Amino acid sequence: MTSTSPATRGVRAPGTTDTAPAARRRRSLADRRSNVLTLGMLALLIYFLLPLFWLLVASTKTTSDLFSSFGLWFAGDFSLFSNIRDTFTRDGGVYGRWMLNTLFYALVSAGGAAFLAALGGYGFAKYRFPGNNALFGLVLGSIMVPTTALAIPTYLLFSKAGLVNTPWAIILPSLVSPFGLYLMRIYAQDAIPESLIEAGRLDGAGEVRIFFSLALRSLAPGIVTVLLFTLVATWNNYFLPLIMLNDPNLYPVTVGLASWSAQAVGGSGSNAELLALVVTGAMLSILPLVAAFLLLQRYWQSGLTPGGVKG
Amino acid sequence: MLVLPLVYAAYLSLFREQLIGGTVFAGLDNYVRAMQDDRLLHGIFRVARFFVIQVPIMLLLSLLSALAIDSGLLRFAKVFRLGIFVPYAVPAVVATLMWGYLYGPDFGLFAQVAKAVGLGAPKFLTDSHMLGSIANIVTWEFVGYNMIILYAALRAIPHDLYEAAAVDGAGAWRVAWSIKVPALRPALLLCLIFSVIGSFQLFTEPKLLQPLAPNVIDSAYTPNLYAYSLAFTGQEVNYAAAVSFLLGLVIVIASYTVLLATTRRSRA
Repeated sequence: MTSTSPATRGVRAPGTTDTAPAARRRRSLADRRSNVLTLGMLALLIYFLLPLFWLLVASTKTTSDLFSSFGLWFAGDFSLFSNIRDTFTRDGGVYGRWMLNTLFYALVSAGGAAFLAALGGYGFAKYRFPGNNALFGLVLGSIMVPTTALAIPTYLLFSKAGLVNTPWAIILPSLVSPFGLYLMRIYAQDAIPESLIEAGRLDGAGEVRIFFSLALRSLAPGIVTVLLFTLVATWNNYFLPLIMLNDPNLYPVTVGLASWSAQAVGGSGSNAELLALVVTGAMLSILPLVAAFLLLQRYWQSGLTPGGVKG
Repeated sequence: MLVLPLVYAAYLSLFREQLIGGTVFAGLDNYVRAMQDDRLLHGIFRVARFFVIQVPIMLLLSLLSALAIDSGLLRFAKVFRLGIFVPYAVPAVVATLMWGYLYGPDFGLFAQVAKAVGLGAPKFLTDSHMLGSIANIVTWEFVGYNMIILYAALRAIPHDLYEAAAVDGAGAWRVAWSIKVPALRPALLLCLIFSVIGSFQLFTEPKLLQPLAPNVIDSAYTPNLYAYSLAFTGQEVNYAAAVSFLLGLVIVIASYTVLLATTRRSRA
């Protein structure tokens, strides 16, 4: 939050039109209300954060401590670092490989999807071509086509084409983002004035050049939003990689963790210590995205704002 | 990338594999079979019930959080906004594993607390509670996501509307109800459509809870799980394609029904 923080805006706006005593009365009213509201929201916040705190605490425990100690506090011996070491060395260091795979799939898919969405959205918004509206209607309709219901047909198609069990099987389907295209069209309509394009044309720039050197810059906040949404979608995807890949070296971290978890539940004895590694691996796997969320938080709404209003 | 799999699914769904004679054209036989398949119909009915129960709760929580954070009446609004949004960064796989452990009877948090108070362990993973337990996981994951969409729409409402309302003496509740909620209609509709899609293609959560409760979650618990096990365990690829195609159709119909129902109500 950079410019207007919501906490100040709501109070200041009525205050500016009122006389001083009335403003003071209203402000004290607001203070009283905010306590009740803050408490209610605090309960909600606890609901959302407590499981994550549990996960953090659990990742510092050995498997036997997981069973014997209270979930919300640390056990006697602090084994976070040995857990992390075991997580990264288990099965020949395959966990690190999973994390890199996830990073690679997510970055390539999100980058490609955001670029295609920007290109398509710009085209739909700024060019009048026959069938423009009909085609965009098709895009809108395809937002409703469920990606998971498409996954099995896509798998069957890819297995005919020999793409199954390659990174392409994850990246190609993730490049298509009808929702991103929809957001970018609406964003482009507002963000790029016709005069800018006209000016570019008068200066003799080609259409491609106009897109890359003029339009892309105005579209940047919207692109970042689409990038973030597709990044999270690919990062969190489970169904598609589950059916597309069967080589553990190609797994993203979601499929990898699920396979470890299945072993930990299924086999007792030799696999018992795996439980602590699943917990630690789960905790480690969410750190990069949580960090990205905190760093990039202001972009989440910048590109969504027009989409949410006109949608 | 979108049309091709659809066409291919439609094409595949018209064939049938036989022990003798290989793959033969079967017309609409697979669809006739699907329409009469109790396991599929139960699955569709289950996710429909899931949608009716879970989505209103989730969207209400998202709406209330977005309004509270936007109202300016909240202390530490930024902390709340981030804290509620953070679960969206958690993959469904991790969220389900985590909640699965929390639900569990052995070292689950709820069982520990119940034992400390002297109660029996709560049975989150039994047949009667499973759908609610899954609903809780999905709610936990997506309240923040919907909240951000709604919050972004709230921030776009012109300020002069609030100033006019303040001049008219409207309080925060009145502003929320008469200005903000109506302005949120398109964004709410967007969230609703995404929720239809999400509910009907439920897969990750039941799939990962399956090992914890194999007797409760069978291979046809949700339609998507059914299609998956048909294709990969049962090797019935053609029938799986028909089920996928049919599921897609059900989702599109459900989305349009929701769309029509909400737009008609607004005109009346």
